[in-house]
Formats: sequence, C-alpha cells, structure tokens
Amino acid sequence: MDVINAFIVGGLICVIGQILMDATKLTPAHVLVFFVTSGAVLSGIGLYQPLVDIGKAGATIPLTGFGHNLVTGVIQDVDEYGLLGVFTGGLRAAAGGITAAIVFGYLMAVIFNPKPK
Amino acid sequence: MSIKKLGSQTIRFENPPSIIGTASIVGPKEGQGQFKDYYDLILSDNIYAESSWEKAEKKILKEAIEIAIKNADLTTPKIDYLIAGDLLNQIISAGFAARELEIPFLGIYGACSTLAEGVTLGSIIVDGGFAENLVAAVSSHFCTAERQFRFPLELGNQRSPTSQWTVTGAGAMVLSSKQQNPRVTLATTGKVIDMGESDSNNMGAAMAPAAIDTIIRHFQDTGKTPDDYDLIVTGDLGSLGKEITEELLKQKGYNISNKYADCGVLIYYPEQDVHAGGSGCACSAVVTCGYIFKEMLKGQYNKVLLIATGALLSTTSSQQGETIPCIAHAISLENL
Amino acid sequence: MSAFTKEQKDYQKLVKQKRPKPPMLKNIIAAFAVGGTICAIGQVILNFFVSRGMTPEQAGAPTSIIMIFLGALLTGLGVYDKIGKFAGAGSVVPITGFANSIVSPAMEFKREGYVFGVAAKMFVIAGPVLVYGINSATIIGLIYYLIKL
Repeated sequence: MDVINAFIVGGLICVIGQILMDATKLTPAHVLVFFVTSGAVLSGIGLYQPLVDIGKAGATIPLTGFGHNLVTGVIQDVDEYGLLGVFTGGLRAAAGGITAAIVFGYLMAVIFNPKPK
Repeated sequence: MSIKKLGSQTIRFENPPSIIGTASIVGPKEGQGQFKDYYDLILSDNIYAESSWEKAEKKILKEAIEIAIKNADLTTPKIDYLIAGDLLNQIISAGFAARELEIPFLGIYGACSTLAEGVTLGSIIVDGGFAENLVAAVSSHFCTAERQFRFPLELGNQRSPTSQWTVTGAGAMVLSSKQQNPRVTLATTGKVIDMGESDSNNMGAAMAPAAIDTIIRHFQDTGKTPDDYDLIVTGDLGSLGKEITEELLKQKGYNISNKYADCGVLIYYPEQDVHAGGSGCACSAVVTCGYIFKEMLKGQYNKVLLIATGALLSTTSSQQGETIPCIAHAISLENL
Repeated sequence: MSAFTKEQKDYQKLVKQKRPKPPMLKNIIAAFAVGGTICAIGQVILNFFVSRGMTPEQAGAPTSIIMIFLGALLTGLGVYDKIGKFAGAGSVVPITGFANSIVSPAMEFKREGYVFGVAAKMFVIAGPVLVYGINSATIIGLIYYLIKL
C-alpha cells in the first residue's frame, strides 16, 4: 500500500514538473530550484507534512522533499537551540543527502566518462 | 562606384574562382544519412582516437583541409591562405588546426554561416588577384558544441521539438584562379537580422528571416529569378525554418518550392531522432563539399544558390535575455 | 531590444503558431510513470530500513543516500540520460535527478582538470539548488523563530 501511494504521489509531483517544462521555457535547472524552494515554503506553512504522511517516499524523494527536509531540520533546531538553530538545522537534517551527492557524484565523475551520442 | 558590385549587397566576380577540390569528413551519425556515399571520410566514433572532443574536432578540420588540398592536386606550400572558422569560443578548432598546417591563416566567425563567409572572402581574394589558391574550411562537433552552448551530454533532459542536432564534421574547399568548373560567380553578403526570437532551441525560426532577406536581396541585386537556379539550398534552417522561409518567400512573390532544400533537413533521415534537423558550421559545409560539389561535377546541378545561415548568439547573450541576431550569406555556384 | 516593431511581433506570432508543440500528454504519462516508479523504489528501500528497526524518520536519510548513489551510478553508466529523454521531469524531479545534475557536468569537464573541471562543474546545477534550498529554509526558520518569541 505504501508503495502504491508513493508511486501516485511521486508521479503527480513529477507531472507538475513536466507541465512546467513543456508549457514554459524553464530548463531542468530552473525546475529543480523551483521545486526545492516550493518544498521549503509548503513545509514552512505546514502543507507538506500531510503530503509526506500520505505519500511517504513519494513526497520525500522528489526535490520538494529536500526543501521540506531542510525546513523540518531548521524548525527542530530552532525549538532546541533558538536562533542558532536557524543556521544549523537545515544542513544537519540534509547532511546525509548532501554528503552522498558530493561523494558519489565525485566518485562517479572520476570513474566514468560521458558516452558520445 | 565599384565595377564588381551589383545592387546594394551583391558582388559579381569578374574572374569567377574555381572550386578545384573539396573534402568532407563526418561523424558516425551523419554517416548514416542519405549522403553517406558523398563524404571523403566517415568516422567510426566521435572522439577519433583523441583525448578530448575539442582535439577530435581540430583533427577532422585539419584532415579535411589536407584531403581537400590533395583532391585539388596541390601541396600545402601552394596554398596562399587558409580561411577557417568553427563554433567554439575563440574559434580554437580553426586556430589549432592552422597551428599544424603552416598556411597563412585568416580566422573568421559567422556561426553556421561560416563556410559561405569564407568562400565569399576567399573568392574576393582570388578574383582580386591576391592569391592563386586558398582553402576555405569549417568544422563543428556535436559534443563540443553541446557542452559549450547547451547541457552536459549525460544530463537527463528532453530536447525541444524545434531543437537541432549539431553536425559532427568538417568541410574544406580549395578555391583557385584556374579556369575550371564549378565556379563561384556571385556572392550576396547578408545583414544581421533579428526578428525577436529568443529561444535558443529554435534556431531555425530565428534564422529564417535572415535567409529570406538575403535571398530577396540576391534576386533584386542580380535581376535573377528562382528559375535561374537548379537548386536553392539553405544552410541549417531545419524543418520549421524551411517551412517558414518557403511560405514567406511565396508571400513576397518568390516561389522556390520546387527547387528548394535545406542542408539541415537533408543531412539526417527523420528517423535519426534529430528533431528539426541538423545545424552547425559543418552542416552546410559537408553537404556543399560532399553532395553538391560532386553532383555539380557530374552536371546533375549546374546552377546552385547556397544560403548559409548563422545565429550570432552566445551563452552569455542568451542568459542575459537577448534575442538572437542572425545572418545569411548567399553564394552562387555555377558550371560555366 | 525591449520594444518590438510590428513586423517583429507578426513574425513571432507566426513562429508561435507554426512551432511543433511537445507531445504533452505522452510526456505527462511518461513523467508520471517513471517519477512514480522511482518514488516507489524509494519506498521499498525505506520500508526495508523500517523493517530493520528504524523509525520512518530515521530511514529517510539512508534512503536518500541510496537513491543518490543509484542516480549517480546510472549517470556514470550512461543510462540516466536515456531514461530522462523518455521521462522528462519524471527523472529530473526525484533526488536521483539531482545526482544526475551533479555527475553529468562533472564527468564531462574532467579534461579541464580536477579543480576547475570536475569539482567546480559538479555544482553548475546543484549549486543553485543548494543555495535556494538553504536560503529559503533559513528564512522560514527565522520567521518561525520570530513568531515563537
């Protein structure tokens, strides 16, 4: 059941991205920036958590989930450490993902070469 | 008043320079297109045993120049000038190829119109008696152009339906004062035209107005009509640009439909998944140096008007939201 | 060029009317199917960690790490761009697409060296994502802090 929900919610989030790319001239880079920012904002006003409750990975795997993750971390740390938490919470929560992206990204880039098309 | 000038933008060569040898080299994808039998060399891969794509592009340009000189029965010391250009920043393919060739070098940039620009300048030099033989050459490479102008190859993005595929290849042409066919008889130099298109994935539509302007100017300056040509061929407008050009020319009273082709449309088969067609300096160059030149030698075509088109944008101008200025140069190739 | 002439406007209208549209419906279905599948795979991985005793919150981080690894690996193998050509946003929006956006430029600029090539180009697309993600989270955190006072 979880898996089906993840499929549907994740699929729908991607459809929004597709409509944005086809209907406007936004590049993938713009879409990614838009999604991470929207995720953060929706999370901030309390609308993203319900989506995560329904879709689970379907809401956390899309890049909106990354924005949500950053905001959740910031809010937790603000609760715990006050103003300092504004600066520490986001990257603490996203540390795993960011480190993985840098480490695996570097590794793969060093090992492999682009294939001529 | 110049005695060689016709109208406002065209020149007629008094001693029309001869094209005495050409060469065309293409990548594997182009080698699957309908002109595969016309190319001098088809690469089996895009890297051509080099350590980078830029080096590969330089190598095919250099080899195309050498093959063209050989096909013209000449040797490098007999070549007075090399006029060459490509798409990369600071035209490095041309400059680096010239480093190894020891021919006096004039580097030019006209984006995808570069070959026609080179042939125009070369013909002026030869007709003016400043050189006996010279080479006009250009190159482009899908992988080098893509990383400079667009996205990394392995980025998982979708190409726009109006996008075009940069041709991997190089074309070179030896122009000479010798008296033999085919000749370069007329050249109409285009003005930079910008109709406000800003989508760098829709070059064909951006460049079509430049092609239209130059074609009309050519007919007005020379008093010729489309009937005076066997083939009217644009450089790399692609399917959308070609359609627009044909339609707008018809509206202005020039019906070229029965003899009009576009190198970008011709170079690949539609099923090769290139969207609107081919582009790049090499697009018009390999079709001209391969197919058109060889068919002219056979007498299949005797009067060809080539209008090579170029989009004079850069990634910087695009990112700053500028529209795309475009150019088109026409040259008449004739068997006299 | 800010103000277009009538001739330019007419031409732009003509281009707009003639330009082929992207196959919207097909793209949407492909984005839904592939994006959904990637998320479903993420859910399977998440469920695995939960079954090994983690809470769903704890399982989020290792799931992201594995998905990023897969996205980076498929990019290196030259598969991810093929998925992307079919799936469009379906493979751009998931975190695997973020990994793709890091590996693809880094790999391609290896010949420009390991500092200005690989390392600098890794962040051509990922950099803006981090910048806007972290900045927006910080602003939201600050607002939350001020409201709480």
